[in-house]
Amino acid sequence: MGVAIEVQNLNAWFGKSQVLQDISMKVDANHVTAVIGPSGCGKSTYVRCLNRMHETIPDAKVHGNVQVGDIDVYGSGTAAVDVRRRIGMVFQKPNPFPTMSIYDNVAAGLKLNGYNNRRELDDIVERSLRLAALWDEVKDVLKKKSGSSLSGGQQQRLCIARALAVEPELLLMDEPASALDPISTGKIEELIFQLKERYTVVIVTHNMQQAARVADYTCFFLMGKLIEFDKTEKIFTTPSDKRTEDYITGRFG
Amino acid sequence: MQTKHLSLRRRLTNYVMTGSAGLAAALVLAPLIAIFSYLVYKGIGAINWAFLTQLPKPVGEIGGGMGNGIVGSAVILFIGSLIGVPLGVGSGIYLSEIGRNKFSQVIRFTADVLNGVPSIVMGIAVYALVVLRQGHFSALSGGVALGIMMVPTIARTTEEMLLMVPHSVREAAMGLGVSQWRTTMSITLPSAASGVITGIMLAFARVAGETAPLLFTAFGNQYWNRNPDQPTAALPLQIYTYAISPFDDWHRQAWAGALVLIVLIVAAVTLVRVAASRGRMASA
Repeated sequence: MGVAIEVQNLNAWFGKSQVLQDISMKVDANHVTAVIGPSGCGKSTYVRCLNRMHETIPDAKVHGNVQVGDIDVYGSGTAAVDVRRRIGMVFQKPNPFPTMSIYDNVAAGLKLNGYNNRRELDDIVERSLRLAALWDEVKDVLKKKSGSSLSGGQQQRLCIARALAVEPELLLMDEPASALDPISTGKIEELIFQLKERYTVVIVTHNMQQAARVADYTCFFLMGKLIEFDKTEKIFTTPSDKRTEDYITGRFG
Repeated sequence: MQTKHLSLRRRLTNYVMTGSAGLAAALVLAPLIAIFSYLVYKGIGAINWAFLTQLPKPVGEIGGGMGNGIVGSAVILFIGSLIGVPLGVGSGIYLSEIGRNKFSQVIRFTADVLNGVPSIVMGIAVYALVVLRQGHFSALSGGVALGIMMVPTIARTTEEMLLMVPHSVREAAMGLGVSQWRTTMSITLPSAASGVITGIMLAFARVAGETAPLLFTAFGNQYWNRNPDQPTAALPLQIYTYAISPFDDWHRQAWAGALVLIVLIVAAVTLVRVAASRGRMASA
């Protein structure tokens, strides 16, 4: 089941340059929230701060509070590895594990964390691939084909299945369809729509039409600041801030 | 008019450069083929079952073989690999996955220096450190010398191959909450396996023929020896001893020994390559 997110005064740096300034927001459970903004505004960095991936970059720093469900993400007793186990992430460029079969890819999150029950793994792999709308295409070659032998759209759905297999409480997607063709994009957007019944989804997108299609809520970032956060319909029809309006009408970005 | 002139010059340059590159490649292969052919020519006559399985006969008696040298080399190389591969791969992993600190710079520098140490100096060093301590020569000390010599090549190659694994693969694992150690061992290293194995085989092939380090460590042995803690025969040592001797029969056997050495090295490398590619997933 999805959880709610609360972010308070989140600041992030790459070395000396600050890329996120004082971000605060609340995200409801079981909804899709889109993060939009021009290139370099900090949207990817923001999302990567939610599951402590930002700090894996050398010289990166984060300050602030993030609460995901009952996890205090930056709490002093919280291990980054635990946070990442409970928050799933799908990246812009599909990145299946190249030396593993399709089955092993989906099961990777479980197997690599010590979970080895064969029959349950079979069930989980099937369930995740069905959720990701990939099961029918690969069910006969699960262990015979490697993850990287699939097409781009299939690889991305494989990555989604892999993320879902560990039953994360929050699913983060960083421009998941930007490297894909329109048909695959359509399939993934349909997927996101169905996922929100069980998960909370935060999706970064530079495609405003995509945000309008899939998201319940949208937040607009500009130069590291959160400018506006509201229901998608309101952002795209009657935005409160002029900068938001300029962006969505294409005056810049 | 102008364009026609340009295109002719360009085409000519293309042919000349392609030809030169091809010639360079051929020149590289030529010594290899020449040496191997000459070895076959000189050595094939003395190779027979007896040569491969028997002990050397005393001076003056015709026949005998280098059976103990072949087995002894195998034992010494095995011990060397036990030392060189874990240390080399481990260092490579450290340099690649952690490596952006002062300590890594020191390691890289040390590895490069170690690589340049003449093999006879390595032999003398291990003689002082191991043989004198133990009070006797042994296959073990020979293995130590060869193992240390393998480390720099393996470490540097492992580092390079690991760095070539795209960062996105590591990120995928990290995003799933897999620890860095587990990511390296279960994801990154297997992805780089082919290259890492090549590095190991390169190091192996190089030390397999080293003679100088074995002069003061394994020392050589005219008999069969099952105890790695005792002086042991080695193929390069036998070849050396026979080659500088004044006896024709021994010269013939030295050629044969050299041929056998090269064939065995190539066979070992090929075997490992085949075994490694069998264990890999089918892609596309």
